[in-house]
Amino acid sequence: MSEQVSTRSRLSETVSAIRPSGIRRFFDLASSMEGVISLGVGEPDFVTPWRVREACISALERGYTAYTSNAGTLELRREIQHYLEERFSVSYRAEEEIIVTIGASEAIDIALRAVLDPGDEVLVVEPCYVSYEPIIRLAGGVPVFLQTSARNNFKLTPEEMERCITPRTKAIIFCYPNNPTGSTMNRQEWEKLAAVIERHDLLVLSDEIYAELTYDHLHDSFAALPRMKERTILISGFSKAFAMTGWRLGYVCAPPDLTAGMLKIHQYTMLCAPIMAQMAAVEALRRGRDDVERMVESYRQRRNYIVRSFSDIGLACHEPEGAFYAFPSIASTGLSAEEFAERLLMEEKVAVVPGDVFGQSGQGHIRCSYATSLEQLERALERIDRFLSRL
Amino acid sequence: MNKQQRTELLRLLEEDSRLNSSQLAKLLGTTADEVEQEIQALVDEKVIVKFPALVNWERIDDNPYVTAMIDVKVTPKREVGFDEVAERICRFPEVKAVYLMSGAGYDLSVVLEGKTMREVSSFVSQKLATLDSVISTATHFILKRYKHDGIVLEERDDDRRMVVSP
Repeated sequence: MSEQVSTRSRLSETVSAIRPSGIRRFFDLASSMEGVISLGVGEPDFVTPWRVREACISALERGYTAYTSNAGTLELRREIQHYLEERFSVSYRAEEEIIVTIGASEAIDIALRAVLDPGDEVLVVEPCYVSYEPIIRLAGGVPVFLQTSARNNFKLTPEEMERCITPRTKAIIFCYPNNPTGSTMNRQEWEKLAAVIERHDLLVLSDEIYAELTYDHLHDSFAALPRMKERTILISGFSKAFAMTGWRLGYVCAPPDLTAGMLKIHQYTMLCAPIMAQMAAVEALRRGRDDVERMVESYRQRRNYIVRSFSDIGLACHEPEGAFYAFPSIASTGLSAEEFAERLLMEEKVAVVPGDVFGQSGQGHIRCSYATSLEQLERALERIDRFLSRL
Repeated sequence: MNKQQRTELLRLLEEDSRLNSSQLAKLLGTTADEVEQEIQALVDEKVIVKFPALVNWERIDDNPYVTAMIDVKVTPKREVGFDEVAERICRFPEVKAVYLMSGAGYDLSVVLEGKTMREVSSFVSQKLATLDSVISTATHFILKRYKHDGIVLEERDDDRRMVVSP
Protein backbone atom coordinates (compact mmCIF):
# COMPACT_ATOMS: atom_id res chain seq x y z
CA MET A 1 0.00 0.00 0.00
CA SER A 2 1.64 3.28 -1.07
CA GLU A 3 1.78 6.20 1.37
CA GLN A 4 -0.17 9.32 0.52
CA VAL A 5 2.26 12.25 0.27
CA SER A 6 0.66 15.57 1.06
CA THR A 7 1.16 18.20 -1.60
CA ARG A 8 0.27 20.93 0.86
CA SER A 9 3.21 22.98 2.14
CA ARG A 10 4.15 22.12 5.69
CA LEU A 11 5.16 25.73 6.35
CA SER A 12 2.75 28.61 6.65
CA GLU A 13 2.53 31.03 3.75
CA THR A 14 3.78 33.80 6.03
CA VAL A 15 6.95 31.94 6.97
CA SER A 16 7.51 30.63 3.45
CA ALA A 17 7.40 34.19 2.15
CA ILE A 18 10.14 35.40 4.49
CA ARG A 19 13.44 35.73 2.66
CA PRO A 20 16.62 34.51 4.35
CA SER A 21 18.78 37.32 5.68
CA GLY A 22 21.36 38.69 3.24
CA ILE A 23 23.85 38.56 6.09
CA ARG A 24 23.55 34.81 6.23
CA ARG A 25 25.27 34.31 2.86
CA PHE A 26 28.22 36.45 3.93
CA PHE A 27 28.43 34.64 7.23
CA ASP A 28 28.61 31.30 5.42
CA LEU A 29 31.22 32.60 2.96
CA ALA A 30 33.40 34.23 5.60
CA SER A 31 33.11 31.31 8.01
CA SER A 32 34.47 28.94 5.39
CA MET A 33 37.67 30.97 4.94
CA GLU A 34 40.86 31.13 6.99
CA GLY A 35 42.59 34.35 8.01
CA VAL A 36 39.60 36.64 7.54
CA ILE A 37 39.64 40.02 9.25
CA SER A 38 36.04 40.74 10.08
CA LEU A 39 34.50 44.17 10.15
CA GLY A 40 31.15 42.42 9.90
CA VAL A 41 30.45 41.72 13.55
CA GLY A 42 27.45 43.52 15.00
CA GLU A 43 28.43 43.20 18.62
CA PRO A 44 31.00 44.63 21.04
CA ASP A 45 34.50 43.20 21.04
CA PHE A 46 34.60 43.48 24.82
CA VAL A 47 33.78 40.64 27.15
CA THR A 48 31.04 41.47 29.66
CA PRO A 49 32.66 43.38 32.55
CA TRP A 50 33.82 41.06 35.32
CA ARG A 51 31.64 42.65 38.01
CA VAL A 52 28.58 41.68 35.95
CA ARG A 53 29.78 38.14 35.28
CA GLU A 54 30.63 37.74 38.95
CA ALA A 55 27.14 38.82 39.98
CA CYS A 56 25.73 36.05 37.78
CA ILE A 57 28.10 33.46 39.25
CA SER A 58 27.16 34.60 42.74
CA ALA A 59 23.46 34.30 41.90
CA LEU A 60 23.99 30.72 40.76
CA GLU A 61 26.09 29.89 43.81
CA ARG A 62 23.30 31.17 46.04
CA GLY A 63 20.78 29.01 44.25
CA TYR A 64 18.85 31.61 42.26
CA THR A 65 17.59 29.29 39.54
CA ALA A 66 13.80 29.71 39.67
CA TYR A 67 11.29 31.62 37.55
CA THR A 68 10.78 35.31 38.23
CA SER A 69 7.58 37.27 37.78
CA ASN A 70 6.66 37.52 34.08
CA ALA A 71 7.67 41.16 33.79
CA GLY A 72 11.02 40.52 35.46
CA THR A 73 12.23 41.04 39.00
CA LEU A 74 10.93 44.24 40.54
CA GLU A 75 14.48 44.97 41.66
CA LEU A 76 15.72 45.04 38.06
CA ARG A 77 12.70 46.98 36.77
CA ARG A 78 13.29 49.61 39.47
CA GLU A 79 16.93 49.86 38.44
CA ILE A 80 15.86 50.29 34.80
CA GLN A 81 13.39 53.00 35.85
CA HIS A 82 16.08 54.84 37.79
CA TYR A 83 18.63 54.41 34.97
CA LEU A 84 16.31 55.78 32.26
CA GLU A 85 15.36 58.75 34.42
CA GLU A 86 18.94 59.56 35.33
CA ARG A 87 20.54 59.02 31.93
CA PHE A 88 17.88 60.05 29.43
CA SER A 89 15.21 61.92 31.41
CA VAL A 90 12.56 59.34 30.54
CA SER A 91 10.10 58.30 33.25
CA TYR A 92 8.57 54.83 33.18
CA ARG A 93 7.09 53.20 36.30
CA ALA A 94 8.71 49.90 37.20
CA GLU A 95 5.49 48.30 38.44
CA GLU A 96 3.40 48.64 35.29
CA GLU A 97 5.37 50.19 32.44
CA ILE A 98 8.49 48.04 32.12
CA ILE A 99 8.89 44.42 30.98
CA VAL A 100 12.21 42.59 31.03
CA THR A 101 12.56 40.56 27.82
CA ILE A 102 14.81 37.99 26.17
CA GLY A 103 16.95 40.58 24.43
CA ALA A 104 15.68 43.66 22.62
CA SER A 105 14.69 41.29 19.78
CA GLU A 106 11.89 39.78 21.83
CA ALA A 107 10.85 43.28 22.87
CA ILE A 108 10.45 44.25 19.19
CA ASP A 109 8.49 41.07 18.53
CA ILE A 110 6.00 41.40 21.39
CA ALA A 111 5.56 45.12 20.74
CA LEU A 112 4.63 44.55 17.10
CA ARG A 113 2.44 41.55 17.85
CA ALA A 114 0.65 43.48 20.57
CA VAL A 115 -0.31 46.44 18.38
CA LEU A 116 -0.75 45.11 14.83
CA ASP A 117 -3.88 43.75 13.23
CA PRO A 118 -3.60 41.97 9.86
CA GLY A 119 -2.92 44.50 7.12
CA ASP A 120 -1.78 47.32 9.43
CA GLU A 121 1.10 49.24 7.92
CA VAL A 122 4.30 49.96 9.79
CA LEU A 123 6.73 52.62 8.61
CA VAL A 124 10.26 51.26 8.70
CA VAL A 125 13.13 53.73 8.51
CA GLU A 126 15.90 52.45 6.25
CA PRO A 127 18.70 51.46 6.40
CA CYS A 128 17.67 49.30 9.33
CA TYR A 129 18.32 46.21 11.38
CA VAL A 130 17.50 43.15 9.29
CA SER A 131 14.87 41.74 11.67
CA TYR A 132 12.27 44.52 11.49
CA GLU A 133 10.67 43.49 8.20
CA PRO A 134 10.26 39.76 8.97
CA ILE A 135 8.99 40.44 12.50
CA ILE A 136 6.38 42.86 11.11
CA ARG A 137 5.28 40.28 8.54
CA LEU A 138 5.12 37.53 11.18
CA ALA A 139 2.88 39.84 13.22
CA GLY A 140 0.54 40.20 10.22
CA GLY A 141 1.64 43.73 9.42
CA VAL A 142 2.83 45.32 6.21
CA PRO A 143 6.19 47.10 6.24
CA VAL A 144 6.42 50.39 4.34
CA PHE A 145 9.99 51.53 3.90
CA LEU A 146 11.08 55.12 4.44
CA GLN A 147 14.24 56.23 2.69
CA THR A 148 17.13 58.21 4.14
CA SER A 149 20.42 59.08 2.50
CA ALA A 150 24.02 60.01 3.17
CA ARG A 151 23.21 63.55 1.96
CA ASN A 152 21.62 64.28 5.32
CA ASN A 153 23.52 61.71 7.39
CA PHE A 154 20.75 59.11 7.12
CA LYS A 155 18.36 61.12 9.28
CA LEU A 156 14.64 60.67 8.83
CA THR A 157 12.79 63.74 7.57
CA PRO A 158 9.14 64.67 8.18
CA GLU A 159 8.64 65.03 4.40
CA GLU A 160 9.60 61.40 3.83
CA MET A 161 7.24 60.34 6.60
CA GLU A 162 4.34 62.32 5.15
CA ARG A 163 5.00 60.79 1.73
CA CYS A 164 4.48 57.25 3.01
CA ILE A 165 1.62 57.60 5.51
CA THR A 166 -1.71 56.07 4.46
CA PRO A 167 -4.99 55.46 6.32
CA ARG A 168 -3.63 51.97 7.20
CA THR A 169 -0.48 53.29 8.85
CA LYS A 170 -0.50 52.26 12.52
CA ALA A 171 3.05 52.67 13.70
CA ILE A 172 6.60 53.64 12.86
CA ILE A 173 9.77 51.82 13.91
CA PHE A 174 13.21 53.35 13.94
CA CYS A 175 16.56 52.82 15.59
CA TYR A 176 18.77 55.75 16.60
CA PRO A 177 21.73 55.58 17.15
CA ASN A 178 21.38 53.55 14.02
CA ASN A 179 22.56 50.15 12.93
CA PRO A 180 24.03 50.18 10.23
CA THR A 181 24.80 53.89 9.67
CA GLY A 182 25.80 55.11 13.14
CA SER A 183 23.54 58.16 12.66
CA THR A 184 21.77 59.80 15.58
CA MET A 185 18.88 62.23 15.94
CA ASN A 186 18.83 65.30 18.15
CA ARG A 187 15.91 66.88 19.96
CA GLN A 188 15.18 69.49 17.28
CA GLU A 189 15.06 66.80 14.60
CA TRP A 190 12.81 64.63 16.77
CA GLU A 191 10.41 67.51 17.37
CA LYS A 192 9.77 67.92 13.63
CA LEU A 193 8.92 64.23 13.37
CA ALA A 194 6.82 64.29 16.54
CA ALA A 195 4.48 66.83 14.98
CA VAL A 196 3.78 64.49 12.05
CA ILE A 197 3.46 61.47 14.34
CA GLU A 198 0.96 63.29 16.52
CA ARG A 199 -1.04 64.62 13.58
CA HIS A 200 -1.48 61.09 12.20
CA ASP A 201 -1.92 59.48 15.62
CA LEU A 202 0.85 56.92 15.10
CA LEU A 203 2.43 54.60 17.61
CA VAL A 204 6.21 54.75 17.80
CA LEU A 205 8.57 51.83 18.34
CA SER A 206 11.85 53.46 19.29
CA ASP A 207 14.71 50.98 19.29
CA GLU A 208 17.31 52.62 21.53
CA ILE A 209 19.62 49.66 22.02
CA TYR A 210 22.67 51.81 21.15
CA ALA A 211 21.62 54.74 23.36
CA GLU A 212 24.75 54.57 25.51
CA LEU A 213 27.05 54.55 22.49
CA THR A 214 27.07 58.17 21.38
CA TYR A 215 30.31 60.08 20.93
CA ASP A 216 29.60 63.75 20.38
CA HIS A 217 26.49 64.40 22.48
CA LEU A 218 24.21 62.57 24.90
CA HIS A 219 21.49 60.43 23.34
CA ASP A 220 18.11 62.14 22.98
CA SER A 221 15.36 59.63 23.64
CA PHE A 222 12.23 60.06 21.55
CA ALA A 223 10.16 59.15 24.61
CA ALA A 224 11.52 62.19 26.46
CA LEU A 225 9.72 64.61 24.12
CA PRO A 226 6.58 66.31 25.43
CA ARG A 227 3.42 64.17 24.90
CA MET A 228 5.40 61.44 23.12
CA LYS A 229 5.75 58.99 25.99
CA GLU A 230 2.08 58.00 25.80
CA ARG A 231 2.48 56.88 22.15
CA THR A 232 5.99 55.44 22.40
CA ILE A 233 7.19 51.90 23.00
CA LEU A 234 10.83 52.24 24.03
CA ILE A 235 12.99 49.21 23.33
CA SER A 236 16.44 48.75 24.77
CA GLY A 237 18.66 46.23 26.48
CA PHE A 238 22.04 45.33 27.88
CA SER A 239 23.72 43.83 24.80
CA LYS A 240 25.53 46.84 23.39
CA ALA A 241 26.05 49.17 26.35
CA PHE A 242 27.28 46.50 28.74
CA ALA A 243 28.69 44.03 26.18
CA MET A 244 26.09 41.41 27.15
CA THR A 245 24.95 40.14 23.75
CA GLY A 246 24.99 36.46 24.70
CA TRP A 247 22.99 37.04 27.88
CA ARG A 248 19.83 37.80 25.89
CA LEU A 249 18.43 40.47 28.13
CA GLY A 250 16.45 43.49 27.04
CA TYR A 251 13.48 45.50 28.14
CA VAL A 252 10.48 47.29 26.74
CA CYS A 253 8.84 50.36 28.27
CA ALA A 254 5.42 51.68 27.34
CA PRO A 255 2.19 53.07 28.79
CA PRO A 256 0.31 50.53 30.96
CA ASP A 257 -2.31 49.52 28.35
CA LEU A 258 0.45 48.57 25.90
CA THR A 259 2.63 46.76 28.45
CA ALA A 260 -0.43 44.80 29.58
CA GLY A 261 -0.91 43.63 25.99
CA MET A 262 2.75 42.81 25.51
CA LEU A 263 2.86 40.98 28.81
CA LYS A 264 0.14 38.60 27.60
CA ILE A 265 2.37 37.49 24.72
CA HIS A 266 5.52 37.43 26.83
CA GLN A 267 4.00 35.34 29.63
CA TYR A 268 2.63 32.71 27.26
CA THR A 269 5.76 32.43 25.11
CA MET A 270 8.87 33.30 27.13
CA LEU A 271 7.38 33.33 30.61
CA CYS A 272 10.29 35.35 31.97
CA ALA A 273 13.94 36.22 31.38
CA PRO A 274 16.57 34.07 33.16
CA ILE A 275 16.87 35.06 36.79
CA MET A 276 20.66 34.95 36.99
CA ALA A 277 20.95 37.26 33.96
CA GLN A 278 18.49 39.64 35.59
CA MET A 279 20.55 39.70 38.77
CA ALA A 280 23.70 40.39 36.76
CA ALA A 281 21.91 43.24 34.99
CA VAL A 282 21.09 44.85 38.35
CA GLU A 283 24.82 44.92 39.07
CA ALA A 284 25.49 46.36 35.60
CA LEU A 285 23.08 49.23 36.19
CA ARG A 286 24.19 49.91 39.76
CA ARG A 287 27.93 49.76 39.35
CA GLY A 288 28.74 49.42 35.66
CA ARG A 289 28.97 53.11 34.74
CA ASP A 290 32.78 53.20 34.66
CA ASP A 291 32.90 50.08 32.50
CA VAL A 292 30.50 51.63 30.00
CA GLU A 293 32.48 54.87 29.89
CA ARG A 294 35.73 53.06 29.18
CA MET A 295 34.13 51.07 26.37
CA VAL A 296 32.55 54.19 24.89
CA GLU A 297 35.91 55.99 25.01
CA SER A 298 37.49 53.14 23.10
CA TYR A 299 34.69 53.07 20.49
CA ARG A 300 34.99 56.81 19.98
CA GLN A 301 38.73 56.54 19.36
CA ARG A 302 38.22 53.77 16.86
CA ARG A 303 35.38 55.70 15.22
CA ASN A 304 37.78 58.61 14.75
CA TYR A 305 40.40 56.23 13.40
CA ILE A 306 38.22 54.43 10.84
CA VAL A 307 36.55 57.58 9.50
CA ARG A 308 39.92 59.34 9.05
CA SER A 309 41.36 56.20 7.45
CA PHE A 310 38.50 55.92 4.96
CA SER A 311 39.05 59.53 4.04
CA ASP A 312 42.77 58.82 3.58
CA ILE A 313 42.08 56.01 1.12
CA GLY A 314 39.43 57.96 -0.76
CA LEU A 315 36.16 56.45 0.50
CA ALA A 316 33.53 59.01 1.41
CA CYS A 317 32.15 58.34 4.87
CA HIS A 318 29.84 60.53 6.95
CA GLU A 319 30.88 60.79 10.58
CA PRO A 320 28.83 58.29 12.59
CA GLU A 321 27.80 59.86 15.89
CA GLY A 322 26.80 56.62 17.59
CA ALA A 323 26.72 52.80 17.63
CA PHE A 324 29.92 51.15 16.38
CA TYR A 325 29.50 51.15 12.63
CA ALA A 326 30.91 53.22 9.81
CA PHE A 327 28.88 53.24 6.59
CA PRO A 328 31.17 54.47 3.83
CA SER A 329 30.00 54.97 0.27
CA ILE A 330 31.57 52.69 -2.31
CA ALA A 331 29.62 54.27 -5.19
CA SER A 332 32.85 55.74 -6.61
CA THR A 333 34.14 52.22 -7.35
CA GLY A 334 31.32 51.49 -9.78
CA LEU A 335 30.61 48.20 -8.00
CA SER A 336 27.39 47.30 -6.25
CA ALA A 337 27.66 46.89 -2.50
CA GLU A 338 27.29 43.13 -2.82
CA GLU A 339 29.96 42.86 -5.54
CA PHE A 340 32.30 45.05 -3.51
CA ALA A 341 31.81 43.04 -0.32
CA GLU A 342 32.13 39.69 -2.06
CA ARG A 343 35.27 40.64 -3.99
CA LEU A 344 36.84 42.23 -0.93
CA LEU A 345 36.24 39.02 0.99
CA MET A 346 37.55 36.74 -1.76
CA GLU A 347 40.52 38.86 -2.81
CA GLU A 348 41.65 40.43 0.46
CA LYS A 349 39.91 38.38 3.15
CA VAL A 350 38.16 41.32 4.75
CA ALA A 351 34.54 40.77 5.73
CA VAL A 352 32.18 43.75 5.54
CA VAL A 353 28.41 43.73 5.14
CA PRO A 354 26.84 45.10 1.94
CA GLY A 355 24.65 48.08 2.78
CA ASP A 356 21.63 46.93 0.78
CA VAL A 357 21.19 44.04 3.22
CA PHE A 358 19.77 46.77 5.47
CA GLY A 359 17.38 48.06 2.82
CA GLN A 360 17.30 50.08 -0.37
CA SER A 361 18.74 53.16 1.34
CA GLY A 362 21.90 51.20 2.03
CA GLN A 363 22.71 50.67 -1.65
CA GLY A 364 26.17 51.89 -2.60
CA HIS A 365 27.44 51.55 0.97
CA ILE A 366 29.12 48.94 3.13
CA ARG A 367 28.76 48.49 6.86
CA CYS A 368 32.05 48.27 8.71
CA SER A 369 31.98 47.52 12.41
CA TYR A 370 34.82 49.16 14.29
CA ALA A 371 34.18 46.99 17.35
CA THR A 372 37.51 45.32 16.82
CA SER A 373 41.10 45.92 17.87
CA LEU A 374 43.15 48.78 16.45
CA GLU A 375 45.59 46.25 15.03
CA GLN A 376 42.77 44.50 13.13
CA LEU A 377 41.39 47.83 11.93
CA GLU A 378 44.80 48.87 10.62
CA ARG A 379 45.28 45.61 8.76
CA ALA A 380 41.74 45.72 7.35
CA LEU A 381 42.23 49.30 6.10
CA GLU A 382 45.54 48.35 4.45
CA ARG A 383 43.80 45.51 2.63
CA ILE A 384 40.84 47.67 1.59
CA ASP A 385 43.29 50.28 0.27
CA ARG A 386 45.10 47.59 -1.71
CA PHE A 387 41.78 46.33 -3.07
CA LEU A 388 40.70 49.81 -4.13
CA SER A 389 43.98 50.45 -5.90
CA ARG A 390 43.35 47.41 -8.12
CA LEU A 391 39.86 48.50 -9.21
CA MET B 1 44.71 69.40 23.19
CA ASN B 2 41.82 69.46 25.67
CA LYS B 3 41.80 67.79 29.08
CA GLN B 4 39.80 64.77 27.91
CA GLN B 5 42.09 64.15 24.93
CA ARG B 6 45.10 64.46 27.23
CA THR B 7 43.70 61.83 29.59
CA GLU B 8 42.85 59.55 26.68
CA LEU B 9 46.35 60.00 25.25
CA LEU B 10 47.85 58.90 28.56
CA ARG B 11 45.55 55.89 28.74
CA LEU B 12 46.39 54.87 25.18
CA LEU B 13 50.12 55.12 25.85
CA GLU B 14 49.74 53.24 29.11
CA GLU B 15 47.98 50.49 27.16
CA ASP B 16 50.44 50.42 24.25
CA SER B 17 53.41 52.77 24.19
CA ARG B 18 54.33 51.58 20.68
CA LEU B 19 51.48 53.59 19.15
CA ASN B 20 53.05 56.25 16.96
CA SER B 21 51.93 59.87 16.76
CA SER B 22 50.06 59.33 13.50
CA GLN B 23 48.02 56.45 14.97
CA LEU B 24 47.37 58.42 18.14
CA ALA B 25 46.27 61.45 16.13
CA LYS B 26 43.73 59.38 14.20
CA LEU B 27 42.36 57.84 17.39
CA LEU B 28 42.07 61.16 19.18
CA GLY B 29 40.82 63.18 16.23
CA THR B 30 43.78 65.57 16.18
CA THR B 31 47.09 66.05 14.33
CA ALA B 32 50.35 64.16 14.69
CA ASP B 33 52.16 67.41 15.51
CA GLU B 34 49.79 68.14 18.33
CA VAL B 35 50.25 64.63 19.72
CA GLU B 36 54.03 64.96 19.64
CA GLN B 37 53.91 68.35 21.39
CA GLU B 38 51.57 66.97 24.04
CA ILE B 39 53.74 63.91 24.70
CA GLN B 40 56.79 66.16 25.05
CA ALA B 41 54.88 68.38 27.48
CA LEU B 42 53.82 65.35 29.51
CA VAL B 43 57.42 64.13 29.64
CA ASP B 44 58.63 67.60 30.67
CA GLU B 45 56.00 67.71 33.42
CA LYS B 46 57.15 64.25 34.57
CA VAL B 47 53.62 62.94 34.06
CA ILE B 48 55.11 60.39 31.66
CA VAL B 49 58.15 59.01 33.44
CA LYS B 50 59.16 56.20 31.08
CA PHE B 51 57.92 54.16 28.09
CA PRO B 52 58.56 50.59 29.26
CA ALA B 53 57.25 47.27 27.94
CA LEU B 54 55.49 44.95 30.37
CA VAL B 55 57.45 41.69 30.05
CA ASN B 56 56.17 38.37 31.29
CA TRP B 57 59.58 36.94 32.16
CA GLU B 58 58.06 33.65 33.16
CA ARG B 59 57.60 32.89 29.48
CA ILE B 60 61.37 33.05 28.98
CA ASP B 61 62.82 29.61 29.65
CA ASP B 62 66.07 30.80 31.19
CA ASN B 63 64.47 33.70 33.07
CA PRO B 64 67.21 34.67 35.50
CA TYR B 65 65.05 36.65 37.90
CA VAL B 66 63.27 36.04 41.16
CA THR B 67 61.17 38.70 42.79
CA ALA B 68 60.60 39.23 46.49
CA MET B 69 58.43 41.57 48.50
CA ILE B 70 60.04 42.62 51.75
CA ASP B 71 58.22 44.05 54.74
CA VAL B 72 60.57 46.49 56.44
CA LYS B 73 60.05 47.96 59.89
CA VAL B 74 61.99 51.17 60.40
CA THR B 75 62.47 53.88 62.99
CA PRO B 76 61.39 57.22 61.53
CA LYS B 77 63.85 60.08 62.00
CA ARG B 78 63.07 63.50 63.40
CA GLU B 79 62.42 66.14 60.69
CA VAL B 80 62.56 63.66 57.79
CA GLY B 81 60.29 60.82 58.95
CA PHE B 82 60.52 57.78 56.70
CA ASP B 83 61.73 59.68 53.63
CA GLU B 84 65.44 59.50 54.28
CA VAL B 85 65.64 55.74 54.70
CA ALA B 86 63.16 55.18 51.86
CA GLU B 87 65.26 57.29 49.49
CA ARG B 88 68.35 55.40 50.54
CA ILE B 89 66.69 52.04 49.81
CA CYS B 90 65.48 53.38 46.43
CA ARG B 91 69.06 53.95 45.29
CA PHE B 92 69.87 50.24 45.13
CA PRO B 93 69.37 49.11 41.51
CA GLU B 94 68.02 45.74 42.68
CA VAL B 95 65.11 47.55 44.31
CA LYS B 96 62.19 47.87 41.88
CA ALA B 97 59.65 49.60 44.11
CA VAL B 98 59.36 51.13 47.57
CA TYR B 99 56.05 52.04 49.24
CA LEU B 100 55.20 53.54 52.63
CA MET B 101 52.37 51.43 54.04
CA SER B 102 49.59 52.01 56.53
CA GLY B 103 48.23 49.60 59.12
CA ALA B 104 50.34 46.68 57.97
CA GLY B 105 52.46 46.04 61.05
CA TYR B 106 55.46 47.25 59.08
CA ASP B 107 56.37 50.55 57.44
CA LEU B 108 57.97 50.08 54.03
CA SER B 109 57.13 47.54 51.38
CA VAL B 110 60.15 46.91 49.16
CA VAL B 111 59.97 45.00 45.87
CA LEU B 112 63.28 43.44 45.00
CA GLU B 113 64.59 41.54 42.00
CA GLY B 114 67.60 39.23 41.96
CA LYS B 115 69.02 36.41 39.86
CA THR B 116 68.60 33.80 42.60
CA MET B 117 66.93 33.45 45.96
CA ARG B 118 70.38 33.41 47.52
CA GLU B 119 71.21 36.74 45.89
CA VAL B 120 68.01 38.30 47.23
CA SER B 121 68.61 36.88 50.70
CA SER B 122 72.17 38.21 50.69
CA PHE B 123 70.97 41.67 49.69
CA VAL B 124 68.38 41.69 52.49
CA SER B 125 70.77 40.51 55.17
CA GLN B 126 73.80 42.51 54.08
CA LYS B 127 72.37 45.72 52.62
CA LEU B 128 68.85 46.23 53.87
CA ALA B 129 68.82 44.83 57.41
CA THR B 130 72.06 46.60 58.22
CA LEU B 131 70.74 50.11 57.58
CA ASP B 132 70.63 52.19 60.75
CA SER B 133 66.90 52.85 60.79
CA VAL B 134 65.84 49.31 59.88
CA ILE B 135 64.44 47.35 62.82
CA SER B 136 63.42 44.15 61.05
CA THR B 137 62.66 42.60 57.66
CA ALA B 138 60.37 39.80 56.46
CA THR B 139 61.00 38.44 52.95
CA HIS B 140 58.25 36.91 50.75
CA PHE B 141 59.21 35.42 47.39
CA ILE B 142 56.76 35.70 44.50
CA LEU B 143 56.12 32.22 43.10
CA LYS B 144 53.95 33.18 40.14
CA ARG B 145 52.51 36.37 38.65
CA TYR B 146 48.89 36.21 37.64
CA LYS B 147 48.24 39.92 37.16
CA HIS B 148 50.77 42.73 37.00
CA ASP B 149 50.23 46.45 36.47
CA GLY B 150 46.57 45.85 35.69
CA ILE B 151 47.33 43.21 33.05
CA VAL B 152 46.29 39.56 33.46
CA LEU B 153 49.40 37.85 32.17
CA GLU B 154 47.96 34.54 30.96
CA GLU B 155 44.58 35.84 29.80
CA ARG B 156 43.05 34.37 26.65
CA ASP B 157 42.24 37.15 24.24
CA ASP B 158 40.83 35.17 21.33
CA ASP B 159 37.73 36.59 19.70
CA ARG B 160 34.79 34.29 20.47
CA ARG B 161 32.33 36.20 18.29
CA MET B 162 30.84 34.91 15.05
CA VAL B 163 32.62 36.19 11.97
CA VAL B 164 29.58 38.13 10.67
CA SER B 165 26.46 39.06 12.61
CA PRO B 166 23.57 41.52 12.16
